[in-house]
Amino acid sequence: MTSAIALAIALTLVLAGPAHASFWAPQAGGSPNADRIHTLYAIIFAIGAIIFVAVEGALFYALWKFRMRPGAKAEQLHGNTRLEIGWTAGAAVIVLVIGIVTFAMLPGIRNPDNSDAAGWQVPASFQTAKDSSLLPPDGRSLNIDVNGQQYAWRFTYPDGDKDRQNNVQAYEEMVVPTGTTVTLDIRSSDVGHSWWIPKLGGKADALPGYTNHTWFKVPLGKEGVYTGNCAELCGRNHANMTARVRAVTPAQFDQWLARQKAAIAASGAGVQAYRAQQAKNDAAEAAASAGDERAEGAPQTPDASPSGAER
Amino acid sequence: MATVTATPIPQVVAHDVEKPNRGWVDWITTTDHKKIGIMYLVLTFAFFGVGGVEALLIRLQLAVPDNTLLDFKTYNQLITMHGTTMVFLFVVPVMAGFGNYFVPLMIGARDMAFPKLNALSFWLLAAGGLVFYASIFFNPPECGWTCYVPLSSKDYLPNGGVDAWIFLVHLTGLGSLVGSINFYVTIANLRAPGMTWSRLPLFCWTILTYSVLLILALPAIAAAVTLLLTDRHFGTNFYDPSEGGSPLLWQHLFWFFGHPEVYIMVLPGFGIISEVLPVFARKPIFGYKAIAASTLTIAFLGLMVWAHHMFTTPSPSVVLVFFMVSSMLISIPTGIKIFSWIGTLWRGTIVFRTPLLFAVGFLGTFLIGGITGVFLAIYPVDWQLHDTYFVVAHFHYVLMGGAVFAVFSGLYYWYPKMSGRMMNEKQGQISFWLMLIGFHTTFLVQHSIGLDGMPRRIPEYADVGNLALYNMISTIGSFILGAGILVTAWNALRSLKHGAVAGPDPWKANTLEWFIPSPPPQNNFDAVPRVRSVEPMKDIRAEIERRNHESNPRSADASATA
Repeated sequence: MTSAIALAIALTLVLAGPAHASFWAPQAGGSPNADRIHTLYAIIFAIGAIIFVAVEGALFYALWKFRMRPGAKAEQLHGNTRLEIGWTAGAAVIVLVIGIVTFAMLPGIRNPDNSDAAGWQVPASFQTAKDSSLLPPDGRSLNIDVNGQQYAWRFTYPDGDKDRQNNVQAYEEMVVPTGTTVTLDIRSSDVGHSWWIPKLGGKADALPGYTNHTWFKVPLGKEGVYTGNCAELCGRNHANMTARVRAVTPAQFDQWLARQKAAIAASGAGVQAYRAQQAKNDAAEAAASAGDERAEGAPQTPDASPSGAER
Repeated sequence: MATVTATPIPQVVAHDVEKPNRGWVDWITTTDHKKIGIMYLVLTFAFFGVGGVEALLIRLQLAVPDNTLLDFKTYNQLITMHGTTMVFLFVVPVMAGFGNYFVPLMIGARDMAFPKLNALSFWLLAAGGLVFYASIFFNPPECGWTCYVPLSSKDYLPNGGVDAWIFLVHLTGLGSLVGSINFYVTIANLRAPGMTWSRLPLFCWTILTYSVLLILALPAIAAAVTLLLTDRHFGTNFYDPSEGGSPLLWQHLFWFFGHPEVYIMVLPGFGIISEVLPVFARKPIFGYKAIAASTLTIAFLGLMVWAHHMFTTPSPSVVLVFFMVSSMLISIPTGIKIFSWIGTLWRGTIVFRTPLLFAVGFLGTFLIGGITGVFLAIYPVDWQLHDTYFVVAHFHYVLMGGAVFAVFSGLYYWYPKMSGRMMNEKQGQISFWLMLIGFHTTFLVQHSIGLDGMPRRIPEYADVGNLALYNMISTIGSFILGAGILVTAWNALRSLKHGAVAGPDPWKANTLEWFIPSPPPQNNFDAVPRVRSVEPMKDIRAEIERRNHESNPRSADASATA
């Protein structure tokens, strides 16, 4: 038994050591919750490995030791109450230990951390009215709306005003600042999808009619691109529904956000200029037709305005 | 006022004795539980073959990254057909097949309680399979065997494939319900004299539990698919969130059936193992009562763990915690079973014949599925593992390495009783080793595929991490596994004619089915023996030996003088 445990520990260490990180345990490294899931998994893995080696060891030992041999006699016993109570209690204790470990680690995985001091400073006006248990203890997070649709994700950033038309939006790639807690509101506008970036923590299903929540915080210095796949069958192109998070420094994020805002403002200004022109044209047209009514019977003069040209 | 009463004159009318049906008419009209059992087994193993080919196509597509062998639509249809076939048309009904044939024999009954209902169960299953596979002529469903809404709603899959799937669920479900009631009544009422509940063979205990679980779980999915049908065709909106419905409702109803279904599939396998191990260890089962009680406990707990399939959905924490704890608790009765089985082998004299090999292969493999089940029960860990190949590996360890290995153990164990002939031992061993090696090559590495970031149900993947290598290993393994299954198929067909004649009790086994000739005569038992223990055949053999001893005066004298 002790040798089995030693073997299990050795095996765990061998597997844990040189092998590629995702060979025996989930990916991690992009967010504290992913790291904590990895740790919890590793603890369960060690317990599981010990049970595995002990039980398989007992099984193979029995198969070898008690194989049919000439002169061997099977012992006709029907059970052993003490032994049976013993292993029931043993199994219960293992489950209890796993339960205690899980409940100890659960809050750190489920509840968002505070942002780092050097992280991006989330403006107070960005905060949505959200259940406080879904926010970090200090109540400050970059809350991004993630909307799944066949076969892409749309990310909507907060901007502090009530107009949802001028929010920064992105498809395919979510740009986030490092050192900053990002909370996600995950929705779907058609079928079920599942948001999953393995290095940034667990999945959250996107279901139409519901809002799901998860969070991550890419540590400062871990800037880069993190990728994942939609993890719920969502149709024929399910495999091509990828998700990408680009983590940049807070300064770069500021620049990115400013660029996006400028682009929105520019396109907004373009739209406004177009609308203003249209309003002017409409006014001119109205004036022209009013003139027609007054000068009834007079020959029509060609009109320079677009609406007039249409006539 | 004289009334004349016409007194009927008694007449003797001689009817001809009805001619027995022969050939295929006999098979189609039979109500004999043995023939129905054989039909169940033949049909379900045929579906196992079809589902297996679908699995190999899936593995071929995934052998290399960015493969273009199958288009996305065909791939989604294949995963749906494979999952549905294996669950609804193989593992669940194959257990009913063994149950049909052996429950009446093991409890000393002459047939099932309701022979005609029994035939109905089988034909409903066959109709379900037929309706479902008819969809390959129009458009098979492409929503996975879980058919989650809204993907399976009319907006996204308007063609008839989903409807074929709905009818399959209804028809096989009705067949299972009728069959379950039949099993329950049979076991409750038709047991041999002296066979108390505590002398009921463990296989019958698991079939009893299987029946109760089916009766409790099937109405939920019957309701779920009926709502889906009316949503699809009659304008209701049970699952449409924009009209006040809920897609989460589908998941709850589906898994309220879907998780007990896992135990429905695996518990009779446990029963087969509990019959095979004592026979080949030449030793009574260790802890009969604990094994029977843990079967019932697993069934009870299995009814309240369904939402552990939904840990990533938008559900409140309290729900997640409840289902995590209940799921973890199941590992206790399961552990009791595994320990008891090893206890059965302990200090026995183990005879390594094919049924035992498959039973031991089951034990070693199922344990891995049990341990990975604990990982998945812990919901923060499940957030990483859910819907990845880790889950695929886990449930194949439970259903393929568990239930299917048990089914193969049962096939090799009971084949002599059903056919009167032994299966070839050498081919059996070759098949076992091919299947064991093939199985672990296919599925062990799939844990790593999932951990490396590959979700389930995707027809192509990018060449990142070690995915290309892992998937190639898995595909090679699947063909080794397939070869092993083919060896057993060949063995079973060939042994029908060429196998050694088995005689009534080739294994020196413990239960009543070995009391009668192989194959058993029409009404099973001329005389039903009185049962005095869990192992009536052991008692009967001892009794025969004692009587032989008595009737032989010379040996009696010799023992008297000695």
